[in-house]
Amino acid sequence: MNKKMVNVQQAKVIDKRQALRKMWEIRIFEEMIQELFDAGELYGTMHLCIGQEATAVGGAGILKKSDWIVSTHRNHGHCIAKGTDIRSMFAEMLGKKTGTNEGKGGSMHIADLNVGNLGSNGIVGAGFPIAAGAALSAQMQGTDQVVLCYAGDGATNEGSFHEALNLASIWQLPVVYFIENNQYGMSSSIEQMVNIDKLSDRAKSYGIEGITIDGNDLVAVSKTVSQAVEKARNGGGPTLIEALTYRHKGHSKSDKLMYRSEEECRQWQENNDPIIRLESELIKNGVQQEADIRQMEFTIRKEFADLVASVKSDSEPEIEDLLTHVYAEGEA
Amino acid sequence: MRMITYLQAINEALDEALAQDERVFLLGEDIGVYGGGFGATHGLQEKYGRQRVRDTPISESAIAGVSVGAAMTGMRPVMELQFSDFITVAMDQLVNQAAKIHYMYSGKAKVPLVMRTAAGSGTGAAAQHSQSLENWMAHIPGLKVIQPSNAYDAKGLLHAAIKDDNPVMFYEHKLLYKTLGEVPDKPYTIPIGLADVKRTGKNLTIVATGSMVNKALEAAEIAQEKGISVEVVDPRTLVPLDTKTILTSIEKTKRVIVVTEAVKNSGFSAEITSIIAESKISMKLKAPIVRLGGAFVPMPAQKMLEAHATPQVESLLDAVTQVMAEIEV
Ligand SMILES: Cc1ncc(C[n+]2csc(CCOP(=O)(O)OP(=O)(O)O)c2C)c(N)n1
Repeated sequence: MNKKMVNVQQAKVIDKRQALRKMWEIRIFEEMIQELFDAGELYGTMHLCIGQEATAVGGAGILKKSDWIVSTHRNHGHCIAKGTDIRSMFAEMLGKKTGTNEGKGGSMHIADLNVGNLGSNGIVGAGFPIAAGAALSAQMQGTDQVVLCYAGDGATNEGSFHEALNLASIWQLPVVYFIENNQYGMSSSIEQMVNIDKLSDRAKSYGIEGITIDGNDLVAVSKTVSQAVEKARNGGGPTLIEALTYRHKGHSKSDKLMYRSEEECRQWQENNDPIIRLESELIKNGVQQEADIRQMEFTIRKEFADLVASVKSDSEPEIEDLLTHVYAEGEA
Repeated sequence: MRMITYLQAINEALDEALAQDERVFLLGEDIGVYGGGFGATHGLQEKYGRQRVRDTPISESAIAGVSVGAAMTGMRPVMELQFSDFITVAMDQLVNQAAKIHYMYSGKAKVPLVMRTAAGSGTGAAAQHSQSLENWMAHIPGLKVIQPSNAYDAKGLLHAAIKDDNPVMFYEHKLLYKTLGEVPDKPYTIPIGLADVKRTGKNLTIVATGSMVNKALEAAEIAQEKGISVEVVDPRTLVPLDTKTILTSIEKTKRVIVVTEAVKNSGFSAEITSIIAESKISMKLKAPIVRLGGAFVPMPAQKMLEAHATPQVESLLDAVTQVMAEIEV
C-alpha cells in the first residue's frame, strides 16, 4: 500500500461571525426561492437545504478559492458557501440569461468554475468519480488543490461511491468525500437502507479514514473538513466524512412529508438548528448581540429582495441560445 | 509508404499524443504491462510511466467519471473500455455527465476526453462481448462518434479525437486490428466530420460503416467484374456526419445501399437512409434504398450463426443485384 503518514497542521479556525452571515445567506436565499416558487414565479424544481447550512459553510466555506467543490442536487448551500455569485444564482433559478448557467442548468446544475465550483449534479452519486478525476488533475499537474465532494447518505448506496473511493484510495488522491447524512433519501430513511450504524465505517473497506461528526455543529464540521483537506493537500490521500444533519423541508416541491413524524421534525428544528445553535453560542460568549444578528438578518433579506427585483428585469435567453454550447468550438 | 496494422496505428497515435502534450494521459483496465485488452497500449507504460499510463481497477463507472473530472480541470484523458459492451456500466458518466456538461454550464466548462473501445463481432465472444452499440452514442447530443475502418484513418482520427475539446467516442473494431494499411510515420490528423470516398464508381453507392467498409470494397471488386461500377463511401464519423459527401455520391450514382454491422432495427443506417429520403435526391433515385445490418438477435457464439448475424460480402452482392435490377421510373 502506498499510504503516506502525513503530519497535519492545525485545523483552520473558522470565523464564526462570517460563517453565521453565510449561513443566513443560504437560508434566506432558499426561503426566497421557496416564496417565488409558491407565487408561481419559479419554473422547474429545487431541493432545499434548510437545516444543513453548517455542512455547507463548514465545508465549502473553509476551502481556498482555488480548491474545488463537486456538488449534488441539494446544492444551493454548497454553491453559496464556495462563493458563487448570489445574484447569478437567483438569475439561474429564474431562467435568465444572466444566470450562472445562462438558464441552461437551472437549480440542479449551478456551476461557477471561476470560484472553484465544478458544478452540481442531478444524478445521485455521479459526483464521486468526477471529484476523483479533478483530484487526479490536481495531483498530475502538481497544484495544491483539493476537491471537496458533497453527497447525500442515499448516494453511498450507488456503485459509483464504491468505485470512486477505492480508486481515490489506491491513487491517494487529494479529495475529501463529505456525506451529508440528513437521515433520508427522498422518503427512505437511511436506517432502513443500510445495515450499518455509521456510514463512515464504509471507508474501512477502501483503506481510508472515516469520521462521523455532528453536522449541525459548525465548528466541528469546519475543523474536521479542514484537517481532512490539509491532509489531502499534503499527500495524505482521501478521507470520508459523515456529517449528521437534517433537512427541515421535504425532498423537493412534490414531497408531502408522509414518511417522518412531526415530532421528529420539530426536535431537529427546535433543538438542533445549526443557525440557532451558532447564534446562541455567539450570544452566550458575548461575541455578538442578538440585536446585531437580527439587524444582519434584516439586511440580507433586504439585499436579496433587491437582487431578485433587479434580476426579474434581466433578459431571458433567445431562441437561438437553444442550440449553442452543444459542442465546444475549436481544437486544443 | 510503410504498412502497419490498425492496432499499431492506434498505438502510434497514442504514443505521439503522449509525447506531444503533457496533459494527455491514458487510463483503463490492464493498459499497462498487459498492453490493453487488445494490445493498443503496448509498451506505453514502459515509456511514459505509471502516472501517464494508468492501470485502473475494474470500475468502468469510475474510469469514465475520473476522465470527466480530469477533463474538466485541464487534462486530456484517453480512457480505454476493454470491450464496447461494457459501456453500459459507464453509461451515466458518458451520457449524463460528459455529454451534458458543456451545455448545462453554458460553455463554461469543456470535457475533452476520448473513450476508446473495441467493438464488433467475429471473434466468437458471444452476446456480451460482440456488440456494435455506436448508434447509442450517436443519438446523444454532446458526444462525437468515430468509427475508423482502416489503419490510416484510425491514426489520423485518433489524433484529431485527442485534440478535440469534446467528449469523443472512438470505436475500434476487433477484426480490423490486424489489418494492414499505409500509414505515415509522423503525426497527422484527419478532420472529424469528413466522410471518405474509399472507391469511386458510377452505377451505385454503398454507404458502409466500420468493418463493413472492407466488405463493401470486396463486393465492389466482384461487381466490377460483372460490369457494375460501385462507389463506396465511408462516413468515418457518425457524429458529426458528413451528409454532403454522402449525398453528392448518391446524386451521381442514383442508387444506394446502406450497410452497418450493427443491428439494423433503429440503427444508424436508418439515419443515413432518412437523410437521403428527406433530400431532393430521393426523387431521382432509380431504385428504392436497400438497407443491410445485423440480424435482430443477441450475437451468438457459434461460428456459422455468428457469420449469419451480420452482413457478408454475399449479402452485399445480392443487394447490388437487387438494386441494379430495379426498373427505371
Ligand atoms: C441515479 C439517480 N437515482 C435516483 C434519483 C432520484 N433522486 C434524486 S435525489 C434522491 C434522494 C437522494 O438522497 P441522498 O443521496 O440521501 O441526498 P439528499 O436528497 O438527502 O440530500 C433520489 C432518489 C436520481 N436523481 N439519480
